[in-house]
Amino acid sequence: MAKAAKSKKATPKKAKAKKPVNVTRTIQVDELSRVEGEGALLVRIKDGKIKECKFKIVEPPRFFEAFLRGRSFTEVPDITARICGICPMAYLMGAQQAMEDAFQMEITTEIRDLRRLMYCGEWIESHVLHAAMLHAPDFLGIDDVLQLAATNPEVVESALQLKKLGNDILEVIGGGRAIHPVNTKVGGFYKAPTKKAVRALADRLKWGIDASIELTKLFGTFDFPDYEYEYNYVSLTHPDEYAIVEGDVMSSEGLHIPVREFHKHFREKHVAHSTALQGSLREDGQPYLTGPNARYNNNYKQLTRRCKSLAKEIGLDTVCHNPFKSILVRMIETLYSCEEALRLVKAYEEPDPIFIEAKPRASEGFGMTEAPRGVCFHRYELDDKGLVVNATISSPTAQNQPQIERDLYGVVERSMDLDHDALKWRCEQTIRNYDPCISCSTHFLKLTMIKE
Amino acid sequence: MSLLFLGVGNLHRGDDGVGPYLAHKMAESGVLDSCGVEVLPHSGEGASLIHLWEDQKKVVIVDCMKTGLPLGTVRRFDAVKEKLNSGVFRYSSHLFGLAEATEIARQLGKLPPAMIIYGIEGISFSFEEPRSAEVDAILPEVEFAVIKDFQQEV
Repeated sequence: MAKAAKSKKATPKKAKAKKPVNVTRTIQVDELSRVEGEGALLVRIKDGKIKECKFKIVEPPRFFEAFLRGRSFTEVPDITARICGICPMAYLMGAQQAMEDAFQMEITTEIRDLRRLMYCGEWIESHVLHAAMLHAPDFLGIDDVLQLAATNPEVVESALQLKKLGNDILEVIGGGRAIHPVNTKVGGFYKAPTKKAVRALADRLKWGIDASIELTKLFGTFDFPDYEYEYNYVSLTHPDEYAIVEGDVMSSEGLHIPVREFHKHFREKHVAHSTALQGSLREDGQPYLTGPNARYNNNYKQLTRRCKSLAKEIGLDTVCHNPFKSILVRMIETLYSCEEALRLVKAYEEPDPIFIEAKPRASEGFGMTEAPRGVCFHRYELDDKGLVVNATISSPTAQNQPQIERDLYGVVERSMDLDHDALKWRCEQTIRNYDPCISCSTHFLKLTMIKE
Repeated sequence: MSLLFLGVGNLHRGDDGVGPYLAHKMAESGVLDSCGVEVLPHSGEGASLIHLWEDQKKVVIVDCMKTGLPLGTVRRFDAVKEKLNSGVFRYSSHLFGLAEATEIARQLGKLPPAMIIYGIEGISFSFEEPRSAEVDAILPEVEFAVIKDFQQEV
């Protein structure tokens, strides 16, 4: 594996220059690149003070929650999976979990393990795409993955193979389709993947462990902008494992609640400059952070020994308050996913039964999983036939949006001495710290029509 | 080594759907069956494109493009000989689409020995918009050219 190319600078490629303070500077990025969906950014600085700082989500809303109404519970996971092509598991499994919660279904350990294995596949492919191919160029002072393929071809080669490994896990379990699997259902799976096909992933996962360690070590040599924030980290937590598919909601400020109480403590509101709702604490309206750093900080002790030792080697402490280092945390989680997937693959036996029968009843169900970019909440109200009466889905990017704006403010405040292009670069890099999935976050917009 | 036809785009986004539409049409009619070509619609996601191209003898791709040329204009790119500019072919997800995948594959020595891309100039890319009449009008010509490309191989 390559060393970081010597000539590469981790700082933006344009030269820094002191700017006089008594001017108005506007940093405007109309179409953010290297993120999923359409977002924009506006920062207005006057006389050295930030007057306006907005992370705009301009992707058209898609009204998923509205058109789920009246649909059968059996269809919901497959419909919600279409919210995202990058993290469909977060929607599919969150919806399944909510239905199973509503109908009080007990899922077997074997089915649960198979779901966890599948989710590891999603973490690997999503984390590697973002960290190695979209975020790493920011730290190397190059424009994109295309240039990365020229300067560090072995990084791109490795990332492509890791991403394929993640996809292949999803395909083996998901019925031949990585993005929108056809083998999953409320209660379990339609068909058990064969032991042969699942066990065949083992050798590639062993390679994946080595490959993710090499990439992580390389990224550990990057220079990281000096920015820390006292975040309120919100993630799932589970007594027995590093939480991915299920758990309680916890915050680093001491909250520990079951998923069904999520909206008692967290709310979403609409702001004019975003088609996505924005998340905040119900109690004081403060933003919070969800995603890799939140999981790492809240659940560090449940990582494997190999992950902890690699984290130490690259200088990551047991807590990480620098959002720019989320690229490292994503890679630690990639290693964790490879290790965890290997453990599950080795232990795999074809589950019997492969699903638990659902018995619909009028009820309310809740679900939450850890999408690669943070917690994804689902709530469904169902009638006695299992048809959806009401649905609420909170995507991780919508929840993170106010915190992203706050961080932008903080980063700009500390980077006033950068020239226009360098500051613009730094702002975009800041947004990419959260791997925002803008398409996911705009599935809902409250529309009020007043007719006179 | 085998032959592959990819119709790239999103079927539900106006002119961007022209690639997958053609792939479905050609798969249903079986027009490429005699040439032994695998026919697939594809979203245009870059990483999976690179993997699909591995071990192919020849790949022909149809995608919608946005370059400012008159609507319905067709451009034929010999991807092995000419470099593609980023942003020609529309793919929103993380800006890693057909053009980027082609250039990365070139850098990594992973381009197939023969790869032809037909770009059809489009204008409408929003959800559930119909394809433009100008795009549909040029389709028979593109289909004919694709068949000819593969017939050379058998």
